[in-house]
Amino acid sequence: MIPYGAILSSYLVAAVLFILSLGGLSHQKTSRRGNLYGIIGMALAVGATALLILGKVQFPEGLAENFRGILLDDPTTSTVFAAAIGIGALTGSILAARVAMTSMPEMVAILHSFVGLAAVLVGISTYLGSGITVPVGGELVHNIEIYLAVFIGAITFTGSVLAFLKLRGSVSGKPLTLPGRHLLNLLMVAGCVYLAIEFVSAEGHSAVEPLLWMTLIACVIGFHMVAAIGGADMPVVVSMLNSYSGWAAAAAGFMLKNDLLIVTGALVGSSGAILSYIMCRAMNRSFISVILGGFGTDSGVVVSGKAQDQGKVRTFDVHEAVEAMRDASDIIIVPGYGMAVAQAQHSLSQVVDFLKDKGKTVRFGIHPVAGRLPGHMNVLLAEANVDYDIVLEMDEINGDFPATDLVMVIGANDIVNPDALDDPTSPIAGMPVLEVWKSDTVVVMKRSMGTGYAGVQNPLFFKDNSRMLFGDAKEVMDQLLTGLRS
Amino acid sequence: MKIGVPREVWPGECRVAASPANVKRLQKLGFSVVIEKGAGSAASFDDESYRSVGAEIVDDPATVWGHSDIVIKVRAPMVHPDLGTHEADLLREGGTLIGFIWPGEEQALLEKLASRKATVLAMDCVPRITRAQKLDALSSMANIAGYRAVLEAAQHFGSFFTGQMTAAGKVPPARVLVVGAGVAGLSAIGAARGLGAIVRAFDTRPVVEEQVQSMGAEFLTVELEEDGTGSGGYAKQMSQAFIDAEHALFEQQAGEIDIIITTAVIPGKPAPLLITEQAVKNMKPGSVIVDLAAERGGNTAGAVADQVVKSHGVTIIGYTDLPSRMARVSSELYGNNICHLLDDMGGAEEYRVDEDDEVVRGTLVLHDGEMKWPAQVKELPEEQMKEKGTDPSEFVAKAAAEKKDRGPWMLLLVGLALIAVGWSGDSGFLHQVSVFVLSCFIGYQVIWNVSASLHTPLMSVTNAISGIIIVGGMLQMGGSLEEPATVLGVIAVLFATINIAGGFLVTQRMLKMFQR
Repeated sequence: MIPYGAILSSYLVAAVLFILSLGGLSHQKTSRRGNLYGIIGMALAVGATALLILGKVQFPEGLAENFRGILLDDPTTSTVFAAAIGIGALTGSILAARVAMTSMPEMVAILHSFVGLAAVLVGISTYLGSGITVPVGGELVHNIEIYLAVFIGAITFTGSVLAFLKLRGSVSGKPLTLPGRHLLNLLMVAGCVYLAIEFVSAEGHSAVEPLLWMTLIACVIGFHMVAAIGGADMPVVVSMLNSYSGWAAAAAGFMLKNDLLIVTGALVGSSGAILSYIMCRAMNRSFISVILGGFGTDSGVVVSGKAQDQGKVRTFDVHEAVEAMRDASDIIIVPGYGMAVAQAQHSLSQVVDFLKDKGKTVRFGIHPVAGRLPGHMNVLLAEANVDYDIVLEMDEINGDFPATDLVMVIGANDIVNPDALDDPTSPIAGMPVLEVWKSDTVVVMKRSMGTGYAGVQNPLFFKDNSRMLFGDAKEVMDQLLTGLRS
Repeated sequence: MKIGVPREVWPGECRVAASPANVKRLQKLGFSVVIEKGAGSAASFDDESYRSVGAEIVDDPATVWGHSDIVIKVRAPMVHPDLGTHEADLLREGGTLIGFIWPGEEQALLEKLASRKATVLAMDCVPRITRAQKLDALSSMANIAGYRAVLEAAQHFGSFFTGQMTAAGKVPPARVLVVGAGVAGLSAIGAARGLGAIVRAFDTRPVVEEQVQSMGAEFLTVELEEDGTGSGGYAKQMSQAFIDAEHALFEQQAGEIDIIITTAVIPGKPAPLLITEQAVKNMKPGSVIVDLAAERGGNTAGAVADQVVKSHGVTIIGYTDLPSRMARVSSELYGNNICHLLDDMGGAEEYRVDEDDEVVRGTLVLHDGEMKWPAQVKELPEEQMKEKGTDPSEFVAKAAAEKKDRGPWMLLLVGLALIAVGWSGDSGFLHQVSVFVLSCFIGYQVIWNVSASLHTPLMSVTNAISGIIIVGGMLQMGGSLEEPATVLGVIAVLFATINIAGGFLVTQRMLKMFQR
C-alpha cells in the first residue's frame, strides 16, 4: 500500500514539471526537454491517480470512507477504463502522426474542444455521482464551481468545434453578424444566471435539469461567439479558446478540490490569455473588440473608406523575378497564410538554400499574426528545414528594410499594408506591420488582387517599387527554383 | 516605334544611352531598337551582346539618327567629327531626342533642334519630386561620380584609407572631408567610409545633417545661423559673412584632413570657391583634393577641369568625366532612367507626350519645335511635404497614450476580492484560490519568456497538459457502469487521453523540426 501523501507529492512534482515544461519553450534548444518534462509530469499524475482509483493507496484516518473514486472490483470496469485510455491514446497518436503542419491550427482547435467536452462531462458527472466529499456548509460554493466548470467547458467545446470547422474551410470564415447579436448574447448569459440561481438553490442533487439547460445555452453562446469572429482574428480565437480550456480545467480543479488541476488549468489559462494579448497587440485591436466580433470579411470585398483609384499595378513574370533575385544581395522573405495554403514552404526552403549558396543574405520576417495560429509560420519553416536563426520577428527585422535589396512577400497582405501606418481612417490603422515598402524592390506573390482578411485594399501593390507575381505560391516557387538553377 | 542609340561622339565619352539589358526592357515596352555599330564598346558592351537581345546593329550613324522615331543619347548633340555635320541636323524632322541637353546653356542647339520641329526631353531637367526619382539621371550619375571621386583620390593618395596596426608600425586612418552633401557627396561619404576612412562632411543646408550622420560621417557646421536650402534639393548662394566663415572653417580643417572631395554647385551659377589657396597650403604634402565642380570653375583654388595638377604639394583632381570612367554601370543606370521615362510616357503602344503629366512637362524642352522650357513646376519644400503626411509614429504614439494604465486599479480590485473571500472563512476554498492565483502568476512569468517562434508548440503543449482533466474523469469512475456519472467519467477519460497523446506527440513532432 502506498501512503496517500505520496500521491499528493506526485501531484506536486507533476505541477512543477508542467511549469518547467512551459519554461523549456523559452528557447528552441531547450524546447524538447520541456516537452519531455510535460510527458513525465503527465505520466506521473495519471499513474498516481490510477493507483488511487485502483485502491492501492493507504488513506489516512477519516478520509478512506469519504473517498468514493475507487473502481468497483469487477473486471468489466477495469476493462472499460483500460479501453478508454487505450482508444484515446491510439486516436490521439494517429491524429498527431497524420496531421500536416499546415493543418496545425485545425488540430489545435479540435483538441481544445476535447478539453471543453471533458470538463462538461466531468462537471455533470460530479454533480450526479458526487465522487467528491463536500465539507459541511460548502455545498453552495461547490455547486457554483460545478456550474462554472460546465459553463466554461461548454463554451470551449462548441467554440472550438466551430473554430475547427472554420479553419478547415468547411464553414466560411465570414463573420456571422446577426442583428442584435450582442443583445442575444446578453440574453443568453442572463438566462444562464437565472438557471444558476435555480441550480444552487435546489435541494441535494435534484437540479439536473437547469444544469443541462445551461449546458445547452452555453453551447450556443460558444458557437455564436466564434461565428461572429472573422477569419483575420482566428489567431486570437484559437489562443482565446486555449485560454478557456485552461480555465475550464482550473474550474474542474476547484470542483474536485484538486490542486494539480488548478495549477495546470491556471498555467494553461494564463498562457492562452497572454497569447491572445500578444495577437491583439499585433493587430492593434482590443481583446473586447475581437470577442465582440464582426470584423473582417472572407476575402475579395473592398470595404475601405478610401475607394479611390490607386494607380497602376506592375507585374513581374517568373523570369523577371529570377533576375531580381539574382541581382539582390540582401533578401528578406515575408510569408503569410497564402504560403501555408499552397504548402509552398518546402519549395521556398530550396530557393532559400540556393540563394544562400550564392552568398546572398536571406532572412525571414515573421509578423505575429501571420497565418492562423500564433507561430504558425515558424512551424512551417521549421518543417521545411529553414534554419531558425534566419527567421526573425517583426520587431527584430523592421529596421532593416531600408537596407534591403529585395523583399519577397509570399501570400501575405494585411501584415504588409502601409495604410496601417499612413491612413488613420483605415480599418487596420495603427496595426504594426512589416515595412517592406522601404526596401528597394518588393515582389508580391499572390493568387489574385483580392484583399486580405481585413477586406481592405493594399496600397503596397501600387507602389513604384512593387511588382506583383501572380500564381499559386507553390507553383511559382517551383518555377523560380527552376529559373534560378538554369 | 523605333528607338535609335547612336555612338557618343564627345571626346573621351565612354557611356552609351542603352545597355543590352536596357534594350531588352525597351523591347518589353514595345519598342524596337537600333544601335550604331560600336556604340557600347567603350562601356564594354560589344555589338554581339546587343544583337543577342534582338537589337539591330547599323553601321551608319546617319541611318540611326534619321530612321528612328526616338533617339536616346547621353551627351547633347554636337558636330559629328566623322561626318562633319551637326548631330541635330541628322535627327529626323519631327523626331524625338532624349538626353542630357542643358537647355540653359545651349541656346544655339535649341534653335537648331527647334528648326527640325523636334521634340526634346532633357534628362537633366527631370523634376526633383518623389515620383520622378526613378528617372532622375542626374542623381544616378552624381552617385557614380561621388563613388568614383573617392577611388580617384585613393589612386593619388600615398597611404591606406583604413588605419592599421602592423608589425612594422602604426598607420593612422585617412581623414576625408566631403563638402556638399548632395547625392554625390553622400555617395562619396559612403565609399570613403567603406574603405575605412574617418569622414567629415559640410553642407550649407541644415536638413542634410541627419543624412550625413546616417552615412557614418561627422557633420561640420559654422557658427553662423543661415539656412542654405534652395529649390529642387540644391543649395542657394550664401551671404559674404557666411562664405568667410566657411573659408575659415576649411582653412582650419585643412591641416587635419588628408583628402577633400568638393561637390558644391549652385544651379545656373559658377561653382562657389570654397577651398582657398590658403586652405590648400595648410594641407599636408601628399594630400589630395577631388573637385567635382571643376567643370563649372571648381570649388578649389587652382583646380583645372579634366586635369590633375599639383599645387603646394597637394594633388588637385578636376576630372569632369567621372561617370564615364565607370561607363558600364553608368550606362546601365542612365538607360534605366530612360526606360522609366518611356514607361511613364506609356510605352510604345500608348506613347504620348502628355504635358499635363508633371514629370513629362518638367523634362520637356521642345515639343514639335515649340519652346517649352523652363517649365513652371510646383515645388514643395521638404518640411512642408513632411507636414502634409501625418507622421505615422506620432499617430501610433498618440493612440498608445490614450490607453490608460489601469494596472494598479485592477490589482487593487483583485486584492479586495481575495480579502472578501478570506472573510467568508472557508479556509479550504481560500487555499485553492491561493494556489490558483499563484499559478496564474507563475504562468504569466513563464509564458512571457516563450520565444515567439515557439508559440504553436506552446499551444499544443498547453493543450496536452490541459488534458490533466483526465484526473477528474478518472475520479468519477468509481460507480457501477449503469450509473450515468460513471459513463460520463469514462467518456471524459477517453477524450482527455486523445488530448494528452495527441498534444504531446504533435509537439514532439514540431520541436524535432526546430532542431538543426
